[in-house]
Amino acid sequence: MSAASPLAALFAREWRIGRRAGGTGSMGVVFFLILVSIIPFAIGPDLVLLARIGPALLWIAALLATLLGLDRLFQGDDDDGSLDLLLMSETPLESIVLVKCVVHWLLTGVPLVIATPVFAVMLGLAPQAILGVTISLLAGTPALTFIGAIGAALTVGFGRGGLLLAILILPLCVPVLIFGVSAAQAAAGGTVPFMTPFAILVALSLAAFAAAPFAVALALRQARL
Amino acid sequence: MRLTAADLSIERGGRLIFSHLSFCLDGGEALAVIGANGAGKSSLLRALAGLLRPMAGQISLSPKMNLTLAEAVHYVGHADALKNVLTLAENLVFWSSMLATGAGKTEIGETLQYFGLKGVADLPAAYLSAGQRRRAALARLLVSPRPIWLLDEPLTALDLASQDLLRNAMREHLKGGGLIVAATHAALGLPAHELNMGAKA
Repeated sequence: MSAASPLAALFAREWRIGRRAGGTGSMGVVFFLILVSIIPFAIGPDLVLLARIGPALLWIAALLATLLGLDRLFQGDDDDGSLDLLLMSETPLESIVLVKCVVHWLLTGVPLVIATPVFAVMLGLAPQAILGVTISLLAGTPALTFIGAIGAALTVGFGRGGLLLAILILPLCVPVLIFGVSAAQAAAGGTVPFMTPFAILVALSLAAFAAAPFAVALALRQARL
Repeated sequence: MRLTAADLSIERGGRLIFSHLSFCLDGGEALAVIGANGAGKSSLLRALAGLLRPMAGQISLSPKMNLTLAEAVHYVGHADALKNVLTLAENLVFWSSMLATGAGKTEIGETLQYFGLKGVADLPAAYLSAGQRRRAALARLLVSPRPIWLLDEPLTALDLASQDLLRNAMREHLKGGGLIVAATHAALGLPAHELNMGAKA
């Protein structure tokens, strides 16, 4: 138990909390599975249709599954007083937020990406399309997590923040959704080259990665003072 | 070191909690903040911790340090900042590296021993009693040294033996030149200045 650097200690703490009972990591994947498996019941067992809209369905399911765990991102720390103490640390709040978001993505986003090929088979996607949707989710889910973190910070301290969070964040996720789905569909064939929407998707993720920690930290500080 | 609050006014939810409050505390001194429920004791402590922006007035530390006010103070409030799924030791290890600003920290094992928490160190915090959680929150004071302690009702939930342990820790802290501001209903049990916040605002 040597004195680790504050951010390494924070990473270890967030990782443990997420992995242990009560963590939302595995719940996201289960929710993802449920969403993807009920859609064929609603649409009917038309494999051609499912394969055509499959990438879009997977993206919407991933978007909703990502939202599911986000409301706890700062709420847990607010409830037990940890957030007060984190604000009083010498470590800048922006880097604390960054570490929390990265861990959250590793525990919720990455499992979704890993599960995607399996669920894509259920929807009858072609191998090329499966690869495309998986890669586009890998590139796009960080943007969802970071944009969602802004909503989580804004709704901290509200009793029923989860629903408000979804209302605030879903419109902001539209660009990610558009370019994610078009990258996935471009990979499956079509006139648009894969790299065009994919590069914009990556840019969205990088921009969210760079800007969101500052927005989140600002929102958390404002909520306090 | 000197902590000065000058002409402080605090408002919460559009309601003036208190106004024109001034005090000055030097190294080695303790301040007991007393007053009825709702008189603004906790708000004062949160303002001193940098967690609440005063409507008017200033809080300052002299001589000038590299630390901001929030980084120089420890705040032990009503919430104990323990994560239920982590063990007590894991909680403390985390806060010790997150909050440490100065030299002279007590080892975690030693602190656990001091507060009689050695036996429950490997239990998830969810299984601790109220008094044990309180002691764990107070253990933060020792594992990450900071010059000013802000304690909100520090004696709540503690048994008599633990209250003595806390008093000893507070005496040591004052002897080392530290400052303590404690909001309390019970007698603190050490020489302290008194700040009476008066009746409910």
